Amino acid sequence: MIAALAFYVFAAILIASAVMVVTARNPVHSVLYLILAFFNAAALFLIAGAEFLAMILVIVYVGAVAVLFLFVVMMLDIDFVQMKEGFQRYLPIGAIVGGMLFLELLFVYGAWQFADDAQGLRMHPNPADVATNTQAIGRILYTDYIFLFQASGLILLVAMIGAIVLTLREKPANSRRQNIAVQVARAHAVTMKDVPKRAGLAELGGIIRRPLPAAKKPKAVAHDDHGHGHGHDDQHGGGHH
Amino acid sequence: MLNIGLSHFLSVSAILFVLGVLGIFLNRKNIIVILMSIELILLSVNLNFVAFSSALQDLTGQIFAMFVLTVAAAEAAIGLAILVIYFRNRSSIAVDDVSTLRG
Repeated sequence: MIAALAFYVFAAILIASAVMVVTARNPVHSVLYLILAFFNAAALFLIAGAEFLAMILVIVYVGAVAVLFLFVVMMLDIDFVQMKEGFQRYLPIGAIVGGMLFLELLFVYGAWQFADDAQGLRMHPNPADVATNTQAIGRILYTDYIFLFQASGLILLVAMIGAIVLTLREKPANSRRQNIAVQVARAHAVTMKDVPKRAGLAELGGIIRRPLPAAKKPKAVAHDDHGHGHGHDDQHGGGHH
Repeated sequence: MLNIGLSHFLSVSAILFVLGVLGIFLNRKNIIVILMSIELILLSVNLNFVAFSSALQDLTGQIFAMFVLTVAAAEAAIGLAILVIYFRNRSSIAVDDVSTLRG
């Protein structure tokens, strides 16, 4: 009774949020509704008894994929109003195709019957001696499906490398990056000064400064002049920077 | 009506699938929403797998749904990466003139 009620509530929210994903004007709202849809689908998985998959759905989709979508939608500066044109134009043909598809699916599912020997043909019946769904899945995933499991890991690796290679961009030449080797090898970066003891600033004649380098050319090479901005004041006593 | 069976799950997933297909038709210009519609379609497929797995008490469906999930995540990552470099080149994500890229 409770399960049935929960099913209807979650299914209704799932379908409503799927409608909003498709029709929302703002893609950011679409992504947020997509997250809601995934949460409700995870709840449906729970009702169906696939606890592990429900948790995986929340982690992978809500935690990774939906956030990736959100990130891309917000990063790209896209004119969404112009994107929306053609919505009315494609509505009739979309409705026709969707309606036909839905009718076909209804015909298939409406006449669905399991074969008489379907129970005997099961590959991995739910084990009775295992407490949790996760344990049961682990038992067959790491034994019977180990090669497929490794292959899916390989797919993820290829996807990761592909995404990085596609989007990696060399920094433009005029960006001022820190070049640690040049910075460390700089001459006179740290100097020792012999100053009289117990002498105040007044006796020394002010702060001892290193002579300023010649005014740099306007088109200086980026990494040669690093650290000059804060390297001029040699503190009293010869500090280091 | 109060007994949740296979047919309930199948109806929900059929509606979800049709909504995904409709989304591809409605948002012809916006490839981000098209990718999201594909995610919806894959979600409905997963729901089907889980529903049958639960109806038959057979774990194979859940294993397969996990692999579908993996491939869907990889597809989303690659698709969005391609989208980002396309946007860098064209400053727009209109799908209509993708054919003008020509390598």
